[in-house]
Amino acid sequence: MKDFSYLRAASVDAALQAAALPGAMLLAGGTTLIDLAKCGVTEPETLVDITHLKGLNSIEVGERGATIGALARMGHVADHGDIKSRFPAVSEALWQAASAQIRNMATIGGNLMQRTRCPYFRDPANFPACNKREPGSGCSAIGGVTRGHAVLGTSNACIAMYPGDLAVALVAFDAVVHLGLRQVPVDDFFLLPGTTPNREHAIEPGEMITAIEIPGSASARRSTYLKIRDRQSYEFAAASAAVGVEFEADGRTIRDLRVALGGVATKPWRARAAEDALKGKVLEPDAVRAASLLAVEGAVDHGANHYKIELAPRVVARAILKLGETA
Amino acid sequence: MTVHNIRHGDASDGALSEAVGGRLSRVDGPAKITGAAKYAVEQRLEGLAYAVLVESTIASGKVRAIDTTAAEAAPGVLQVLTPDTIISLRTASDWFGTPPPDKPYCPLARDITFSGQHVAAVVAETFEQAVAAAALVKVSYDETPSIVDLSDAKAGDGIPIDAMTKEWGDAQAAFASAPVRICAAYNTPREYQAPMEPHGLIARWEDDQLTVWEPSQWLDGMARTYAEWFGVPFENVRLVSPYIGGGFGSKALALSHGAVAACAARMLGRPVRLVMTRPQTFTGYGGRAATRQTVAIGADANGKIQSIVHRGVNETSIDGMWVEPLGSVTSIMYATPTFSSKQNVVRVNSVVPGAMRAPGENPSAFGIESAIDELAYEVGIDPLEIRLRNYAEQDPHAKKAWSTRQLREAFATGAERFGWFRRTPEPRSMRDGNQLIGWGVAAGTYPVRRAYGEAIVRILADGSVEVESSSIDMGQGTYTILAQTAAETVGVRADDVVVKLGDSRFPRAGVTGGSRLAGVMTGAVYKAATSALDQLVGLAISDPRSPFHALQANTLVVANGRIGSPRGDGPDVSIAELLKSVGRDHIEATGDTMPANSTSDDRYKNYTTIAMALPHTEGDYSRHSWCAHFIEVRVDEDFGTVRVSRVVSALDSGRLYNPKLAESQWKGGIIMGIGQALLEEGIMDRRHGRIVNNNLADYLVPTNADIPDIEVISVGIPDLHSSVLGGKGVGELAIVGVAPAIANAVFHATGKRIRDLPITLEKLI
Repeated sequence: MKDFSYLRAASVDAALQAAALPGAMLLAGGTTLIDLAKCGVTEPETLVDITHLKGLNSIEVGERGATIGALARMGHVADHGDIKSRFPAVSEALWQAASAQIRNMATIGGNLMQRTRCPYFRDPANFPACNKREPGSGCSAIGGVTRGHAVLGTSNACIAMYPGDLAVALVAFDAVVHLGLRQVPVDDFFLLPGTTPNREHAIEPGEMITAIEIPGSASARRSTYLKIRDRQSYEFAAASAAVGVEFEADGRTIRDLRVALGGVATKPWRARAAEDALKGKVLEPDAVRAASLLAVEGAVDHGANHYKIELAPRVVARAILKLGETA
Repeated sequence: MTVHNIRHGDASDGALSEAVGGRLSRVDGPAKITGAAKYAVEQRLEGLAYAVLVESTIASGKVRAIDTTAAEAAPGVLQVLTPDTIISLRTASDWFGTPPPDKPYCPLARDITFSGQHVAAVVAETFEQAVAAAALVKVSYDETPSIVDLSDAKAGDGIPIDAMTKEWGDAQAAFASAPVRICAAYNTPREYQAPMEPHGLIARWEDDQLTVWEPSQWLDGMARTYAEWFGVPFENVRLVSPYIGGGFGSKALALSHGAVAACAARMLGRPVRLVMTRPQTFTGYGGRAATRQTVAIGADANGKIQSIVHRGVNETSIDGMWVEPLGSVTSIMYATPTFSSKQNVVRVNSVVPGAMRAPGENPSAFGIESAIDELAYEVGIDPLEIRLRNYAEQDPHAKKAWSTRQLREAFATGAERFGWFRRTPEPRSMRDGNQLIGWGVAAGTYPVRRAYGEAIVRILADGSVEVESSSIDMGQGTYTILAQTAAETVGVRADDVVVKLGDSRFPRAGVTGGSRLAGVMTGAVYKAATSALDQLVGLAISDPRSPFHALQANTLVVANGRIGSPRGDGPDVSIAELLKSVGRDHIEATGDTMPANSTSDDRYKNYTTIAMALPHTEGDYSRHSWCAHFIEVRVDEDFGTVRVSRVVSALDSGRLYNPKLAESQWKGGIIMGIGQALLEEGIMDRRHGRIVNNNLADYLVPTNADIPDIEVISVGIPDLHSSVLGGKGVGELAIVGVAPAIANAVFHATGKRIRDLPITLEKLI
């Protein structure tokens, strides 16, 4: 880790000014940033500590939705009563993310900025080729150890998986990222790698996440997050699904359905084809399993990650059927 | 380091808990929990400098050049060590004490034989400066093709290790003519000890005296290596290692990073600290070697074994030799009229593998205990029943009686507690919703390794007792059981015993490995304490100033720190009062378990090599610990995820010196076995010959959420052929057999036989 200077921002404006300087980065919980600095992936010149800024850690939940300040801690949001009752998938995604220690430190804004766990990305000394770190240098992962890599949204330049859980739930329920005055839907906030995998988020220099807004909905209220992995705790998803459903008055016919995938794609992955195939249909196991296969339409494996293409639809189907049982 | 009269246990720990066999809580626990325990690299020394290693990024080839210009110019840098600039050392002898070749030793490599090999080191005023400068060292290589692992086409069949061959009868012929035959290959991957405390040290030279603060499972063995490297007398090297944050076999030898730090300290004339990063702990020393075995069993229609043919292979490095004895359990677990086991080792571009909890027995049991389960299904016999039908009434290989073998009791007790007889035998016949339920059984064993130990016991003026030994406590409970041994033998409370360990200036001890330490050291402390007690009683009887002098007693009784006559009809004084009355400020006795005519050379050899360890089949008996694991798994039929939901294990470690601590070690072994079965695997990038999951986020070990309640039951009886006080090995036993019990349970749950560890979800969906 290189020496860096540290300053504590007194206001959002001051933070943004400082962060615009070359080599400056915002510091919130630090759980990703310090880790990446130790790996030699990021070498900040200046860390601008925003954790003391006032008014950015509130959690407000009403009829229209929830607004979560960027500095709210993952653990607080996971355990918030109204989040649990109105957005169970959000709470469950957070509970199943990271470890208790990390959830107590990491912030919601920082969580959205979490970077991939691709081992080639994280080891510059041994694997200098990484288009995400050094545009144009190549991809060490393609042809290498790919068990944890993405099968959806990949490009010839990058197959790194997006590792987070929270954003999967957010993209399912059309959440919006507040960048000061500007607002960006979460689905647009995360960028596909394409030919520029170094650019991961639709955030410009001089901008900062201030809040996340999740619209309230019936499907968000009846939702769940199912995360499958070899280890029961503290592991990234082999495949996960955030699912929400709203039934017609008959309690069986699907009026609205939300499906998003984690652990399988280069960004939080909304599976609209699977949603559309079931809307207006009666929730019934065979139909759910058939529609769930659409969630991985277009998937491409790189050998060792082939199992994700088999696994992800089963996770989606189980999650939808589970919500049906509680109808 | 001293554990000063730390209060122990809760109120339920009565006086009995202080004797050998009592459930005394760990006396070092409070110091560790409160942070008062100072680990090796936490010493604060004047003028400490920090060293950071630079490692090879290729797996095979030569270092062409090392450009240190930028690193040397970086802030705070004191020196950059390369193969050209580091001082020359001498090659040290191996752990058998084999005289080394007379050639220099350089801990920094010019010839690269694995990725992650130390090629340079940077020493700076601060750790951060050293890290930053190490990244500026530019190493260029001439790369050559590497042999990645056992499956590499270039690896070949390897080198036959004739000493591993075990044969009786014509096993091949008996297998060929057997009515029932099964044959399969079982593989285990590279696994890593992953101790919580990474390897590291502080080295300080004062003239020709070297002090090394380093976590160590073998102070005297490591001190010998440092002394031989630097050509100084053994007595000039002091190893200090009061606490160890987990070793699991990986901290028994002085390693090349230690040599680098000691060289840097000598060259700089300052103490130097070097701690491996977590990724470096995956290549800086060896984990468990990857193994392959084929096990062929021929049997009659009743499942009675007629032949076992076993072939094993393990990885070793290009220029080092590691043999993981794969036939060790295969050859003793079951009675068979014919047997053949042979083993090869294959050289690959890896760091030389090393000892990891039950080296040999662990993978060996995965083979034979999976195979016997396959045989049970082949002949349609309950997996527990087939083990009893083939029960070995004596050691089938050594043809000697077991010293004790409570394995039948382990099977019976474990099965009863687990409810084994409610099991339906068909695979996929037990389920709970989406969860397929499977019950598996497997046995484990570990030999009783014996050696000699030495200790000092002092009775001090205040009546307290002090024990000194260069043995160590890496969490298994040495401080505690030696306090119990001294307390019971002398006749004081355990609270009044201070045990000092982890300093090579103390009376010597051999390696803490092979589950031998407790048996060795309780024996030595028992002898020293008995001798100290004899002196105390002798003084009390014979010294004219003693209040007991007039009594003309033959003996006296010491209990709870007080001395009295056996019939209680004379004076009753405290030990402190007696010592005061006879004008002594202490009594000291050295005790050892060495043969009476041992020379000082014998002693040196015993404590600094493993050459004098006693074979477990020495004399008339074959000595082993035994266990039976009964395990329930739940496998999600859609996702392939395996969760262990119940474990009942019955274990025979002979007499337990402290059941609470033994149970804790057994549970630790079972947990490690669950990790081995389901999670742990070094994953290789075959293009680079490099393990890519070299950190604790990607190399998965179990979390609390992965571990159910574990019930462990002791079925052992005192075994005086195995140790002075009747105990057998504890630490390594319980991991042996866990992985096959889980694999067998997974087969019962799913009908799929997984013969390659770990059992990850993609193997089951």
